[in-house]
Amino acid sequence: MNDAVIDIRGLVTRFGSNVVHDGLDLALPAGEVLALVGGSGSGKTTLLRQVIGLLRPQQGQIRVFGQPLFSGDALADRQLRRRFGVLFQQGALFSALNVLENIAFPLRELRWLDRDAINDLVMIKLAMVELEPQHAWLMPAELSGGMVKRVALARALALEPELLLLDEPTAGLDPDRSEAFVTLIRRLRDQLGLTVVLVTHDLDTLAALATQVAVLGERRILAYGPLDHVMKHDHPFIRSFFCAERMSRVLARSGS
Amino acid sequence: MGVPTIAFEMSGQLRIAVLAGDWTLTGLEGRLDALRAQLAAAEAGEIESWNLAAVSRLDSLGASVLWRGWGDRLPERLEADPRTRRMLESAATLGVRRRASAPQSRFGDSVVALGRVGIALWRQLIGMIALTGQMLFDLAAALRRPHDAPLRELSANLYKTGVTALPITALVGFLIGVVLSYLSALQLKTFGADVFIINILGIGIVRELGPVLVAVLVAGRSGSAMTAQLGVMRVTEEIDALTTMGVPATLRLVLPKVLALLAAMPLLVLWTSSSALFGGMVAASIQLDISYGFFLETLPRVVPIANLYIGLGKGLAFGLVIALVACHFGLTVKPNTESLSANTTRSVVSAITCVILVDAVFAIATRHIGMPT
Repeated sequence: MNDAVIDIRGLVTRFGSNVVHDGLDLALPAGEVLALVGGSGSGKTTLLRQVIGLLRPQQGQIRVFGQPLFSGDALADRQLRRRFGVLFQQGALFSALNVLENIAFPLRELRWLDRDAINDLVMIKLAMVELEPQHAWLMPAELSGGMVKRVALARALALEPELLLLDEPTAGLDPDRSEAFVTLIRRLRDQLGLTVVLVTHDLDTLAALATQVAVLGERRILAYGPLDHVMKHDHPFIRSFFCAERMSRVLARSGS
Repeated sequence: MGVPTIAFEMSGQLRIAVLAGDWTLTGLEGRLDALRAQLAAAEAGEIESWNLAAVSRLDSLGASVLWRGWGDRLPERLEADPRTRRMLESAATLGVRRRASAPQSRFGDSVVALGRVGIALWRQLIGMIALTGQMLFDLAAALRRPHDAPLRELSANLYKTGVTALPITALVGFLIGVVLSYLSALQLKTFGADVFIINILGIGIVRELGPVLVAVLVAGRSGSAMTAQLGVMRVTEEIDALTTMGVPATLRLVLPKVLALLAAMPLLVLWTSSSALFGGMVAASIQLDISYGFFLETLPRVVPIANLYIGLGKGLAFGLVIALVACHFGLTVKPNTESLSANTTRSVVSAITCVILVDAVFAIATRHIGMPT
């Protein structure tokens, strides 16, 4: 699989004596939406942080767009990091900057775009995440939870990433907002042709977005494939996670 | 994969602009100005048809550049695949959004700003008074029901603000004592008034320098810590959690801090003044050959005991001021990081300013007391 956007081989993660991943393999082709699920402490967020390059695995290799994350070449590393956008769970907006400056920040860091171009881009991104122009002058502290997520998404999309990583995109949103946010992500994915990785606990989000599901447990990937395929898997954790009635309820709701 | 380009062609009677390549953030780097100029030329040259079929990729930047180049509208004759067209349409919202600029500043804004500062200062003052009042209520409540009194917190605060401050205050006091003694000695020697070094050091340190020195150190050390602690607790909603459990935040958090500092400050003043006098004594014996015995014997004779009481009283007052200011700014932190850092700075600066103000009041109020006759 040479065209895999994310290619993880033989990943080993340890925190002290606590082994989180032991020989984990995963390959994600372009254009897919992968949902990482698993019990608490199964290392979903750790895996996500390793793909982003915030954590360095003890063993094994992670390649993103066919390139290693820590190549030793600072410039190449930086360029690689600009090819993916990350939406953090709490948004992680810079609280000292307003919405406009937050979204403009990665664009300014490029250091070759002029003010007008940046302004135009920010406005396009704001429209993409369905926010109004006047929201650009609000401070993060003045935003509601749903708006924080939208602004953070706009910032993640600022550099036109090909890969988008979402950590609990719908956590802390009410069902209505969460559904709207999922629709938004799906629309953007179709429009921009993104590959998406999301960590989630929410079955609704999972059923609505994911084309591929990877279940983490016992320090490796227990099952990997399309949702209906994974659901048939016979592992006790998977059976209880997608327990029949809960899942059928969700599927009935999402109408798929 | 390709460099973004514009080419002009004639097809029959039509003037066509043919665009090709990657009109993306990476593709446009370094070529933006040149392409903008070409687009402007195309507009001026009255291009009638646009062919974007050869554009391999187009992102928001490409779309916005084209949109601006076209004068905020789609051209009438446009050939593009659906994907490109959709991207261009997303830029179409720009027309409306063009200069949705920040609210402009107007004449008279500075007056309004000045008024705001005044109101903010007034609010701070009211807040401080309210906090003091609340604290007195809490104190009364704690005295009425002694088992509610936050004794463990009091002891912890006493240790944090008092005991752990001992080394640094001693060091600073000693060094200031040495410096003061050394500089004074140089002057006194020229008049042959060597023995007066004891008067100068005694009155200066015990009455004035000791308390102010400790206050500045404590404001920077404990005051900022108090503000930051309360501020973080506000940001993380811990104070709200406390209140919900029926524990008033002022009783459990503010009162022990204020009482602890009230108790610790006079002791710290005593400690620092002693250390400074010791430093002065050492320097005096080296510089002026004044023996330790003579220094210690003369000190109580030339420095009336009232000076010590004034110094300790100042310590009490400064402690109260520092703790109240620190807690007030800590409790008014808004739930964001910016406000936290701003309030911590404000807390230290205001505490030191208030200490100097109170010191001036003391100087005037006690001007007839404790001076050697």
